[in-house]
Amino acid sequence: MSGETNKAAAAAGVNVIDCRGLACPQPVIMTKRALEAAGSGSVAVIVDNPTARENVAKFARAGGHAVEIAPAGEGLFRLTITKGAGAAAAPPGAAPGRPAGSPAAPAGSAAASVSGPAAVYLISQETLGAGSPELGAVLMKSLLFTLLESDAPPRAIIFINGGVKLAVKGSPVLEHLRGLAARGVNILACGTCLDYFQLKDQLAVGTVSNMYAITAELAAGAPVVAL
Amino acid sequence: MRRLRLPSDPRLVVGPATADDAAVWRLDNGMALVQTVDFFTPIVDDPYLFGQIAAANSLSDIYAMGAKPLLALNIVAFPLCSLGVDVLAAILQGGADKVAEAGAVVAGGHSVDDPEPKYGLAVTGMAAADRVLANAGARPGDALVLTKPLGTGILATAARAEMFLAGVAAAEASMAALNRAAAEVMAGFSVHACTDITGFGFLGHAREMAAASGVSLEIQSQAVPLLPEAAEAAAMGLVPAGAYANREFLQGAVFFAPEVPENLRDLLFDPQTSGGLLLAVDETAAADLVAALRAAGVAAAAIVGRVSGQGKGEISVR
Repeated sequence: MSGETNKAAAAAGVNVIDCRGLACPQPVIMTKRALEAAGSGSVAVIVDNPTARENVAKFARAGGHAVEIAPAGEGLFRLTITKGAGAAAAPPGAAPGRPAGSPAAPAGSAAASVSGPAAVYLISQETLGAGSPELGAVLMKSLLFTLLESDAPPRAIIFINGGVKLAVKGSPVLEHLRGLAARGVNILACGTCLDYFQLKDQLAVGTVSNMYAITAELAAGAPVVAL
Repeated sequence: MRRLRLPSDPRLVVGPATADDAAVWRLDNGMALVQTVDFFTPIVDDPYLFGQIAAANSLSDIYAMGAKPLLALNIVAFPLCSLGVDVLAAILQGGADKVAEAGAVVAGGHSVDDPEPKYGLAVTGMAAADRVLANAGARPGDALVLTKPLGTGILATAARAEMFLAGVAAAEASMAALNRAAAEVMAGFSVHACTDITGFGFLGHAREMAAASGVSLEIQSQAVPLLPEAAEAAAMGLVPAGAYANREFLQGAVFFAPEVPENLRDLLFDPQTSGGLLLAVDETAAADLVAALRAAGVAAAAIVGRVSGQGKGEISVR
C-alpha cells in the first residue's frame, strides 16, 4: 500500500518522507529537515500514528505551510505539505515558530534594489550605543525612524533581552515599529525575554518568537546588524 | 485497581477509591501516616539531575496531602554492567540531596538489574489527622490556585529535538524544585483540597479533584502559568503522545470555549513530571495565598479558575 503511495508520489516529483515506526519528535524533525531542503513545492510525510499526524500538521501550519491529511490505509496517514501556502496568520494566541510569509522572500529580492540585500537587525537593548542612556534613547528612536523612512527597509527586526521593551505598550518607538511592520518588516520579540520581564501580555507590535525562529532568521543569509 | 479485591480498614482514611496522591493511615495519637511511591525512567540526560527530579516528584505526593516527609526508600532498576556505578551513584546522590533539602532522610532502598534504568522513592510522611488534605473537599465558590508552570512534557519533547533549549532549562529547574515551600505556605490558609499535577496533566488531575469532590470547575486558560517557550514548542508540534492520551481520556469531561487556542489546550493536557500543586481554597483567601506563595519563592503561583458548582467533575475551559 505505502509502496504504491510512494511510487505515485515519486512520479509526481514530490519528496516523500517515511516516518513509519518513528516516535515523537522524530517525525517533526524529519519534516523540518525536508522542508528546509525543499526549495519550494510540496513534501509528503507518511506517519503511522495519530500523535505524529497531529504534530507534523501543527509544525507545518506553524511555518505557514498548507497541509492536507489523507488516510493511507492500515493506520497510515499521508500529509501533503505545500510550502508557504498556509493561512496568513496562525490561530489566535498560538505562537508561530516562524511567522507566515517571513522566510519566503530570499534575501536580496524585492527590497534589495537600492542598497544590497535587506538586513536583519538584532536589537538587544533599549538604547543605542554606550555613554549616555538618555542620548541612547534618542538615537534608538532616530534609528528606527530612519529605517521606517528608508527606501530599503530591513527584512526583519529581532528584539532580545532588554530590547523587547521597545515593542511593548508605552514604548516611545511603537509607531515607528508599527509602520515598519506595515511595510512588511518581520518583527520578532524573544518570548523568553518577554517572560523574564513579565511583559508577554504587553507586546504591542510583532510576534512572540523563540530562539529557533530567531536563529533561523539570523542564519537565513541576510546581513545581520547587531545593536 | 478496580479489578482487585482489597481489604478495607477504618484506619485507612484515604485509600485507592478516590485516585489520590498518597495513602493516609490514622494513628492513635491524632496523627496520620502518609505513604506514597513513585518511580520512572530517565527524562533528562544528566544522572544527578534525574535523581533530583525523581525525588522531588516522589516527595510531591507527600506535600500534596499537606504532610511533612520523614523517611524515604530508594527504588532502583539499573543496568550496572552497561552504564556503570558512577552513573548510579550520581542518580542516588541527586535523590539523597533532594530528600535532605526536604528535611527527610534516605533510610535505604532496593535495587534490581534491569536494561532500562528507573528510579524513584517510597516516601513516608506525617500530618495531624485533621489537617490531611485530600483531592476530595473542593467546595463551590473556591478559587483554584496552581503553583508551578505547565509544559514539562512538551519541553522534554523539545529537548529530544534539541530545540527551545532556554525553555528546556527552565523545565528542568522547575521539575527539580520541591513543592515544600508551597505546602508550608498553604498550611496557613483555609485550603479545602489539594493534588499535585503529574502524568495526567493539569486537566486530568483537576478532573480527579473535581470528581472526588462532586463539583464542576471553570478554568481561565489565559491565567494558567506556562514555562518559557512551552507555547511555541506546542504550536510547533512538539507534543508528547501522553498529552493526546490525556485528551482522549478526558473526552466528554472537558469543554473548551472556541477561542482557546490549540497550543494552550495541548499544554493543559500535557503530562507533567514533578508538577506543581493544585489547591482549592476559600475564595476570600485566594489572593492572599498567591501573594504569600510568591513571597516564599513560588514565583509562578496564580489563580487559574474556580469551583463553579456542584457536579460530577465537569470542567469548562475559557
